[in-house]
Amino acid sequence: MSELTLRQWLLTDAPTSRRHARLASLYQGWLTLRGNTMAMFGLGILIALVLMALMAPLLAPYDPFVQDLSNRLQPLGTEGHLLGTDSLGRDILSRLIYGSRITLYIVALVALIAPVAGLLVGTVAGYAGGWVDVVLMRITDIFLAFPRLVLALAFVAALGAGIENAVLAISLTAWPPYARIARAETLTIRSSDYISAIRLQGAGPLRIITKHIWPLCISSLIVRVTLDMAGIILAAAGLGFLGLGAQPPSPEWGAMISEGRRFILDHWWVATMPGLAIFTVSLAFNLLGDGLRDVLDPKDDNR
Amino acid sequence: MTATDTTKERRRRAPLAPWIRGTVLTLGSIAVTMLGLLFVTFIIGRVMPIDPVLAIVGERASQSTYDAVYEQLGLDQPLIVQFLYYIGDVLRGDFGTSLLNARPVSEDIARVFPATLELATLGVIFGVVLGVPLGVIAAVRRGSWIDQVARVVALVGYSMPIFWLGLMGLLVFYGILGWVGGPGRLDIFFQDIVPTRTGMILVDSAIAGEWAVFRNAFSHIVLPASLLGYFSLAYISRMTRSFMLEQLSAEYITTARVKGMSERQVIWGHAFKNIRVQLITVIALSYANLLEGSVLTEIIFSWPGIGSYITTALLAADMNAVLGGTVVVGLIFICLNIFSDLLYRVFDPRSK
Amino acid sequence: MNAFNRLLASAALGLALTATAGIAETPANMLVIAHRIDDIKTLDPAESFEFAGSDVSRNIYMKLVNFDPMDLDAGYQPEIAESWEVSEDGRTITFMIREGLTFHSGNPVRAEDAAWSLQRAVILNKTPSFILTQFGFTPENVTEMIVADGNTLTITTDKPYATSFVLNCLTATIGGIVDKEVAMANEVDGDMGNNWLKTNSAGSGAYKLDSWKPNESVTISSNPDFWRGAPAMERVIVRHVVESASQRLLLERGDIDIARNLNPEDVAGASAADGIKIVDELKGRLMYISLNQQHPELSKPEVRQAFKYLIDYEGMQNSFLNGQYVTHQNFLPQTYLGASDENPFSLNIERARELLAEAGVENLSIEVGVREAQERIEIAQTMQNALAQVGIEMNITVGTASQILDRYRARDLDVYLGAWGPDYPDPQTNAGTFAYNPDNSDEANATGLLAWRNSWDTGGLTEKVDAAVIENDRDTRAQMYLDIQAEFRETSPFVIMFQQVEQSAMRENVTDFSTGQAITAASYWQVTK
Repeated sequence: MSELTLRQWLLTDAPTSRRHARLASLYQGWLTLRGNTMAMFGLGILIALVLMALMAPLLAPYDPFVQDLSNRLQPLGTEGHLLGTDSLGRDILSRLIYGSRITLYIVALVALIAPVAGLLVGTVAGYAGGWVDVVLMRITDIFLAFPRLVLALAFVAALGAGIENAVLAISLTAWPPYARIARAETLTIRSSDYISAIRLQGAGPLRIITKHIWPLCISSLIVRVTLDMAGIILAAAGLGFLGLGAQPPSPEWGAMISEGRRFILDHWWVATMPGLAIFTVSLAFNLLGDGLRDVLDPKDDNR
Repeated sequence: MTATDTTKERRRRAPLAPWIRGTVLTLGSIAVTMLGLLFVTFIIGRVMPIDPVLAIVGERASQSTYDAVYEQLGLDQPLIVQFLYYIGDVLRGDFGTSLLNARPVSEDIARVFPATLELATLGVIFGVVLGVPLGVIAAVRRGSWIDQVARVVALVGYSMPIFWLGLMGLLVFYGILGWVGGPGRLDIFFQDIVPTRTGMILVDSAIAGEWAVFRNAFSHIVLPASLLGYFSLAYISRMTRSFMLEQLSAEYITTARVKGMSERQVIWGHAFKNIRVQLITVIALSYANLLEGSVLTEIIFSWPGIGSYITTALLAADMNAVLGGTVVVGLIFICLNIFSDLLYRVFDPRSK
Repeated sequence: MNAFNRLLASAALGLALTATAGIAETPANMLVIAHRIDDIKTLDPAESFEFAGSDVSRNIYMKLVNFDPMDLDAGYQPEIAESWEVSEDGRTITFMIREGLTFHSGNPVRAEDAAWSLQRAVILNKTPSFILTQFGFTPENVTEMIVADGNTLTITTDKPYATSFVLNCLTATIGGIVDKEVAMANEVDGDMGNNWLKTNSAGSGAYKLDSWKPNESVTISSNPDFWRGAPAMERVIVRHVVESASQRLLLERGDIDIARNLNPEDVAGASAADGIKIVDELKGRLMYISLNQQHPELSKPEVRQAFKYLIDYEGMQNSFLNGQYVTHQNFLPQTYLGASDENPFSLNIERARELLAEAGVENLSIEVGVREAQERIEIAQTMQNALAQVGIEMNITVGTASQILDRYRARDLDVYLGAWGPDYPDPQTNAGTFAYNPDNSDEANATGLLAWRNSWDTGGLTEKVDAAVIENDRDTRAQMYLDIQAEFRETSPFVIMFQQVEQSAMRENVTDFSTGQAITAASYWQVTK
């Protein structure tokens, strides 16, 4: 009974407070999203991924680092090693399960760093205008004109290989589009009556940017971030593949492909399994992002 | 404040024709961006913990050999002086000598860039030929199974690790089925048969009329090009669909339909005609991405293109090669952007 | 899943079958080799110092003395020098130059060319110049130490070195004799033709250079006037192919004759295919780890010893290194004068634990530097596993070759895992770097010496190495190296683990191909198909 009233409260046409209104629109968005089977499928995979990462020690049949040189390169379906073993006789399934932690870690960090940096640059440029705008946007252009993987490579080469540096490198290549979006949004908002009114009330630029402009930019950024997640995972795996991501013996998926590609002809599963894992997770992000865009970004196709 | 500034400026420059002013501004911004690009690359190259001298002389060299090369590279000069020298050389079209293979970088780029150009061009053709119709049909039959299929095809494309798909493709189509050529651009017997004119083997062999070489080159390029093409197909078909949907819901389309115009005429004659310019922008962007983003594909397929050239050079601390390659790729990226901007301005009725 | 696995396996088998059905076959007078050749930086013999470059150079340039690829065990043989005499004080060698030899240009090969080539290498002072300057040559005195007179060439050294030592050094790439007239015709700014010779050739050997496309291919064509007779293979193409799997597919399909970089798994796969044979050759490269003696714990003798018991030599040799590395625990590679086959260490966790307890080592955490090469990374991980069992935490830092080397040379790594290949086929090449360090101070900056890089003062071996290099009696000299190595094995901070075996996979019709074993580079003139 109480659930029903909550539902009614959320679906009301006449919200009683700002918070009520916000919750109501969120709930309606959720309803739309729930109707999108593919998005829900993606969400399901991601929840499973998070659970897998959290419960890795319980789920993994073996320690992902324990080697057994006499039991290497076992095929799929071997007794006790469902997905076989790698070149040093480690259980591939266990490594995949632990590897999900690394993937999530990278994604979470980049998703925090890049949009925030982009938001900062974009809103400041858009709000301040003049030479600040010119300088910041020129810098943005420079980074946009860089070949992305090359920039990331150069950065990692400069700082040394490792997960944290890979995260920084990917963020460095990922922020410019966010800055552009944020600037565009800021330009439209800046000249609105609403902002002028606040300015007349004596609010300083810092307050206007953080309290009034940022919240309005968030929704378009969230869509963009979700859609970018897959790209981030692929970039991280690409760096791992080139040996510039996580360091051995860590079970990073891209590095696992790179290790396994030597055996591609006779022991194809060693490289195939982590490839499938990367594909599944980035597909899940794309499905969810596609659904979210329908909900949050009314300008786009599914009107 | 800003408004008064611009008016003042406009008054001062009044005699200038607007298109001259536009051109000057555009060229200026290209120059500034390029300079910034160079500077960032240069700095990265200098802070990198790889010693270029060591990369040249190797680990057995004596101290005097080391010192000689150190001076020869001008590394004893202050950073800013080195940078200015470098800019001066680039302006004269001299990218310096590759530290590692002793050849002019410009010569190397002239050799590797056509390989990438060939691959990316074929890839983008693939993406356009399949992606545009797919996008249009998906938009017209919105919600149908074909729309769903198009969506899945695109999302799978966005989600695929290309280095993995490339490996699998090689294993299946070259290793097991033997349908396509292996890594590299040509089989060994076909090398050095056709004279290099454009550096793009498909074009060169067609000019020379060597169709056996052409076929062999095609069998080598078809797999990597279709992989790249698939990724641009994903992007192009999604964007086409979205542009088409916008047009199809516009009032003039309803009017046209009411007037009894055939559906085919409505879709291709009206709606599609109006998205051409937007599409070209998308294709240009996608092309630029393929030109700069095929690093991993080139590595998997041993394709001697600019992506793998820059990567190899980077890992070997060959900074002249990295700088040269980056400048070329960056310049192309910027030019394609400006090109699509111009198209927009010329053709789009709204921006006039 | 298992059924699919079997399906794919049978498909792969099908591939092998279609390959033998033979769509492709290389032309009978052409040898096509797949090899990694991205290390080539220059083809000037005075500067070239990389493996793939030595292969090219050995086929283009003749030397005063050289090895016969059909009988490498015989040691150096006369080539441009027909014979030689050693003066009584042992410091001067006089070479008689063979008559009637010509360069590819048609110019005669004169004593003057030989003298100029060696002088040039010293004056240019490029990386490999130390091979010659260790005999006391400097750019200032070299024209007096190496002198051509009519048909003879005289080389005078600063000490009475063992003759075999001097001659072995002359078989290195830097001993290649260049056509002076052609090189000087292409001189720019007094570079003695260095810039031109980087990408062109001026030799008298079995082949001349057609083209070198960096990271793509090297093509050489035969010299019909070669003094040993025109080579059967009129054209040799070495194509740069990085991936082992690609090399194997090319070979199985008959697109190439020889694949030189197959990994153990692909060797096993390829040898099962029809029409392919595998040829094993022991190479000079050693895989070792070393402990930095500036580290307070790693410098304890017990700890050094413990590490030698923490390597799973046998396990690695029989798994991921299978067939390509054999256990070898001495700094002179097998087949070298004075090489030892004693390998006393094996994996013994208990023994290592005792040694560490004796040294009082607890909670040790160290860093190992490895370059980005899969087999080395796997060795590091195997070692990491063994160390963990005795409570030592070892973090692996992977970097590009020059990144890791940079830190190694700066004495900055706790542990280094890497390879060392001899520079010339004489025991001094390794003795003079592993067991030789006259000044261990940081200021000495002797970055070329492995002992210095690990801050090891060699505990008196330096003097013994100095004595061995001027010993002219072959057997005495060999015994001196055996003694040095016996001491080195027990006391040094080096854990020498493996010696490389190169496995070349080739089509069955290829005969007499040799990569030069442990002493020299590959040669093609004797190959037939």
